Amino acid sequence: MRRRPAWPRKALDAAVKVASALAAALGLGFLAWILFVVLRHGAAALNWTFLTSLPSAPGGSGGGLGNAILGTALMTLLACVFGVPIGMLAGVYLAEYSRGTRFATTVRFLANVMMGIPSIIIGLFVYAVLVLPSGHFSGWAGGVALALLVLPVVARTTEDMLAMVPNALRESALALGSPHWRATLRILFRASRAGLLTGVLLAVARVSGETAPLLFTALNSPYWPRSLSGPTANLTVTIFNYAMSPYPAWQQAAWGASFIIVVGVLALTVVSRTLTRERK
Amino acid sequence: MVRRAHGRAPLVAEGLFRAAAFACAGFVLVVMAGLFVVLLYRSRLSIDRFGWGFLWSAAWDPVRDNFGAASSIFGTVASTVIAMVIAVPLSLVIALFLVEVAPPRLARPVSYGIELLAGIPSIIYGMWGLFVLAPLMATNVQPAMQRVFGKLPLFAGPPMGIGILTAGLVLALMVLPFITAVVRDVFALVPPVMKEAGYGLGATTWEVTRKVTVGYGMKGIVGGVFLGLGRAIGETMAVTFVIGNDHRIAASLFASGNSIASTLANEFTEASEPVYLSALVELGLILFVVTLVIQVLAQLWLTRLARQAGSTS
Amino acid sequence: MTSTPPPDVAPPRPAVPEPAAGVQAPAAAAAKTKVSVRGLNFYYGEQQALFDNSLDVPTGSVTAIIGPSGCGKSTHIRVYNRIFELYRDQRASGEVWLDGENVLAPGVDVIELRRRVGMIFQKPTPFPLTVYENLAYGLRLHYRVKGSELDDRIEQALRAAALWDEVKDKLHRSGSALSGGQQQRLCIARAIAVEPEVLLMDEPTSAIDPVATSRIEELVVQLKATYTIVIVTHNMQQAARLSDFTGFFYQGRIIEFGTTTELFTNPKQKQTEDYITGRFG
Repeated sequence: MRRRPAWPRKALDAAVKVASALAAALGLGFLAWILFVVLRHGAAALNWTFLTSLPSAPGGSGGGLGNAILGTALMTLLACVFGVPIGMLAGVYLAEYSRGTRFATTVRFLANVMMGIPSIIIGLFVYAVLVLPSGHFSGWAGGVALALLVLPVVARTTEDMLAMVPNALRESALALGSPHWRATLRILFRASRAGLLTGVLLAVARVSGETAPLLFTALNSPYWPRSLSGPTANLTVTIFNYAMSPYPAWQQAAWGASFIIVVGVLALTVVSRTLTRERK
Repeated sequence: MVRRAHGRAPLVAEGLFRAAAFACAGFVLVVMAGLFVVLLYRSRLSIDRFGWGFLWSAAWDPVRDNFGAASSIFGTVASTVIAMVIAVPLSLVIALFLVEVAPPRLARPVSYGIELLAGIPSIIYGMWGLFVLAPLMATNVQPAMQRVFGKLPLFAGPPMGIGILTAGLVLALMVLPFITAVVRDVFALVPPVMKEAGYGLGATTWEVTRKVTVGYGMKGIVGGVFLGLGRAIGETMAVTFVIGNDHRIAASLFASGNSIASTLANEFTEASEPVYLSALVELGLILFVVTLVIQVLAQLWLTRLARQAGSTS
Repeated sequence: MTSTPPPDVAPPRPAVPEPAAGVQAPAAAAAKTKVSVRGLNFYYGEQQALFDNSLDVPTGSVTAIIGPSGCGKSTHIRVYNRIFELYRDQRASGEVWLDGENVLAPGVDVIELRRRVGMIFQKPTPFPLTVYENLAYGLRLHYRVKGSELDDRIEQALRAAALWDEVKDKLHRSGSALSGGQQQRLCIARAIAVEPEVLLMDEPTSAIDPVATSRIEELVVQLKATYTIVIVTHNMQQAARLSDFTGFFYQGRIIEFGTTTELFTNPKQKQTEDYITGRFG
């Protein structure tokens, strides 16, 4: 047999390695680019007025997005109030009461699928179920839509975290005569609390940056969110409206809102990652 | 005799808790079923009016109440294809870097950084896409492409910056970290002894990766690609900002268009007529069904994969 | 440490017996030596695992490496084909001479080294490819070969591994569809297809059933006519059955090295005797 020369193989290998490093650098480069752009344009918009006042009229200058910040915070909180307990209880049921059953497999499967459904569809669903019958957009509907996004994430993380708790711990709690529900809440939750918290934080990070579901439910509003039963101001839909508008002041405000969202989401992500790392 | 200190209350509490937990778990089933039912119900006006023809009708006329999904489907497919064609090879190569090339001290922060890309909300990509990428495309990239490929209809038309190509690019960036994370995990799970067997025969890193690592992890890679695909198809805000909001089917990458999600986002607030609204909901139903099928297939695939991996290890 | 071989072709031999008392120059030291280890030290990070190993592997023989688990047997042979270099925190110092060339020297073509020194692992490692492609993989790396010549080479290798009759109708089925013993013979075929000179076997039958094990053992004895074989085994009976020479390792040091008969019937070190008689390990 004729031998193949080795140097072309080594050259190809080296080339692939270099290309792979360039690709990774490219990916990171885009990350840096996006962050830099948002931070640069957004920082220019941020000041105390921006954070605390209402939006100016179209074409006007000054004004701020205080109402939108509050609205986003309120609806995210609402999403957690609805989504986290239900999600956690669902996760508990899957991990503690129905392990190995067909029901559990189906629910887990559907929860995974649900996480992959586009958020705009969830928004459309809540629109059809809450907004149409009641006749008006509302912050409540917005919170519910976001809660539906939080729910499957929290359910799956809770189930995974509880499943990782060693059986010995579970059994020793039950062997002491503790009812299962008490053992779960007191002991098992405490044993996995970092992981559970991570799940919640990640869900919140995801949800606070969502726009599409709010488009169909809370819409937007130029006023302070007094009650949540009408259209409610929020950062993300504001960015959508303002960015597509022809007014430079509004576009500037959109950057400011983007800044807030990016910083918030990244902070939440980093915190939740650090929590996971510390566990290990 | 041991007296029961608590009476029957704990049993009731346990029963209640269990019932509540069951209801919450069942709620997932209810929501998924409800999604389908509600979307179907609200599209009935449009389904009755247009029937199956809705799927391939390129019409979109709010004035005359004549709607068709074809232009939205086209935009969805075109931008997704572009995104996958760019993201999948890039992901494989980046995963190769992270697992085989980079020293661990470098691989961890780079991996972290790529994952951060996944955490950036879609609307931020939209802002960047609209205000930074699109102008760049319009002034530099697209004219350059036209100079080189201008004869082809694929690159015809005025280089406006926004359009199918830009939407595809932004989507590629959004999908990249997801697929990279999956492929990276797949590569890392290949048993070291398998790779050692390849190296032991005198193969280079690329030669081992190409046949042994990728071969071993092919199923996982496919699952990851499916997940990325599902995400790309349903992506809304980033695409809406840069796709151009134009119901047309054109051959050029530079043309503006619409995806199902962008149509919904852009026109929802304008849909005053019941038929208009119903047509939009039907678009949503189509998107739901498609992503549902992709997600279900991906989950089934990955479940089967996990079972196989469990049985052979 | 020198980095060039001595001028003549005869393998280097230490001027004095190694510091570790009890290491014998092999009785057949006058025969040609294929692999010569001098002063090999090995580190996993800060921790040293091999201490000043030196031995000579005679050409065309089967040399067994025995010792209790964790004594460094696998670590030792993994230096011969530099497979340890895949892991950043592992390093080796010393010399390993293969036919007059120090394989640990910088500038050595590791790819060619690994073609000349093949390795069989404890767990059978068929690639996720067909039987045919498993064998073609190595061949295509190093040779320009295709078509009927490729077919012939593959058949040759499978025959040499005593596997041809069992797989000739299954060439295009997945390698993992074979039984454990067949998979291991597939790995052996794959290694010999690229025409190596040395075969390193790291506990090749510990994951195989007894019937298949004896077939592989027969194969090893046949193969020594063509290749120099170094086999790590924790099974002393296997070492006694198969090998011409045996080295006993303990805690990273070579305690004794000699012909198999000598080592097993008349061990010179107490530790060797204790291990062989089952007092520890």
